[in-house]
Amino acid sequence: MRILRSEHTAGWLFVIPAVVLIVVFALLPIVWALLLSFQSSDFVTPAKWVGLANYQALRHDPDFRAAVVRTVEYTAIFVPLVVFGGLGVAVLLNAKVRFMGFYRTAFFVPVACSTVATAIIFNWLLDPTFGLVNWVLGWFSLGPYGFFQDPNQALYSVIAMTAWGWIGFNAIVYLAALQSIPQELLEAAEIDGAGRFLTFWRIVWPLLGPATLLVVVWSSINALQVFDEIYVSTRGGPLQATTVVVYYLYEQAFRFFAAGYGAAIAYVLFAAILTLTLLQMWIGRRRVHYTS
Amino acid sequence: MKLPSPRHLLLLPLSLVMLTPLLWMVMTSIQTPNESQQFPPVLPSGIHWQNYTNALHAVPFGRFFLNSVIVTAACVLGNLVLCSLAGYAFARFRFFGRDLTFVVILATLMVPFQVVMIPTFLIMKDLGLIDSLGALILPNLVTPFGIFLMRQFFRTLPAELEEAARIDGCSRLGTLVQIVLPLSGPALATLAVITFLYSWNDFLWPLVAIQSEHHMTLQLGLSTFQGAHATDWTLLMAGNVMAVMPMLLLFLLAQRQFVRSIAAAGVKG
Repeated sequence: MRILRSEHTAGWLFVIPAVVLIVVFALLPIVWALLLSFQSSDFVTPAKWVGLANYQALRHDPDFRAAVVRTVEYTAIFVPLVVFGGLGVAVLLNAKVRFMGFYRTAFFVPVACSTVATAIIFNWLLDPTFGLVNWVLGWFSLGPYGFFQDPNQALYSVIAMTAWGWIGFNAIVYLAALQSIPQELLEAAEIDGAGRFLTFWRIVWPLLGPATLLVVVWSSINALQVFDEIYVSTRGGPLQATTVVVYYLYEQAFRFFAAGYGAAIAYVLFAAILTLTLLQMWIGRRRVHYTS
Repeated sequence: MKLPSPRHLLLLPLSLVMLTPLLWMVMTSIQTPNESQQFPPVLPSGIHWQNYTNALHAVPFGRFFLNSVIVTAACVLGNLVLCSLAGYAFARFRFFGRDLTFVVILATLMVPFQVVMIPTFLIMKDLGLIDSLGALILPNLVTPFGIFLMRQFFRTLPAELEEAARIDGCSRLGTLVQIVLPLSGPALATLAVITFLYSWNDFLWPLVAIQSEHHMTLQLGLSTFQGAHATDWTLLMAGNVMAVMPMLLLFLLAQRQFVRSIAAAGVKG
């Protein structure tokens, strides 16, 4: 009875279900994946130790290199687009005007739309022959374009589609940050004769620092891991134009059953995400000022 | 007479652009196949419900929906219970190895899912759970993020109430359930909403773990449906409307809670 009542026992009894699940479905797989990345495995026959061969093969794999370049390009366009897009929308939504409920709903509702559903809708909107977008562009004597079916446009079309779902998410975070800015600060700036632009640049933008850091880090992590929309809309095509790193990983591991090779790709991705996140946090820590 | 704010000049067209994909989906879903194959596009001549019955006959949407509900409900419930228990112990108890355990759990938060995906597949194969709902539920019953969220919240609560309850003879579990959790509504709601959005929309893991139609979630079923009816747009949009509607309605009904949860999880995470 004594031992049951002790805080040590109680503590462990409370955490043990969570700890067991995390050990089995997180820690064990993390270590296993690292070992697997040094092995040659096809999921069925026993894995064979191959040392660094998977990583060396990756270095000389032109398809992997192309996938990395595409993922970098995707991230470099997607992140600024959804960060500044989200900020712009949040600034517009941060006012007491009529129909604000309608506007907020319009911008936030794509967040509730699953990635798969989004991709199916955009497949239709961007259909080269019957799609709405080509019709609208036609009013301005533009197009018709191939979008997902044109190797030169497919990646940008994917960015437009994923941005639709993400701008609202970032706007929610920015709007919450905007609304937590003390009103007196803005009034003081107005009394001191600062114009709107100066107030935003000198007061609002610095106070949004923590939100910006969060939104940049989170959007980047998700951009490097983009998969769902690409699987549903283009299957990595046409001519591999949208085969990003995670799509390549999925193909290697679950279509060609190269589990060890897939694990090596996953670890390279992990290293890239970790490096980028730490870099962003490091820059953020020097620039962002946390209040309170 | 007050002029309307110039914001409307930007807000109105932009919000219509954001809504267009959803409106277009609904419009196509009630067109006849012939009407959808017109260029320039035409408005539907009437409501063509046939697409919906056809979509329901083409794939078992009811089954997909039920599977998604089962998986999501199990994951939300699991997270609420297990993250509360663990988060409370990490916040309040002193026990051997507490800080190290917590740091290790937090560290796993940094690892992308793609890293654990292949070994998790192998583990599930060994457990005989591949191609079953168990494979979707078991790894997501608890999340490091949820434990972190609950711990941070519990630490903001004053400890005096709990101490008083303990002195009055309430057990530790009793204190958590009767004193602490009733005060934790906002944190529990945030955890529930985030878990709900995540498991309802999850795609990559079901794609890997599930093969038979009978065990597909809504997202996976929708994607195979699209693969099988590539350009049958009226049928696809009808299926898509059915798949998206429950979530959209829920979002519209509980928009405040959704927005608050995303903002809270974002700001704290």
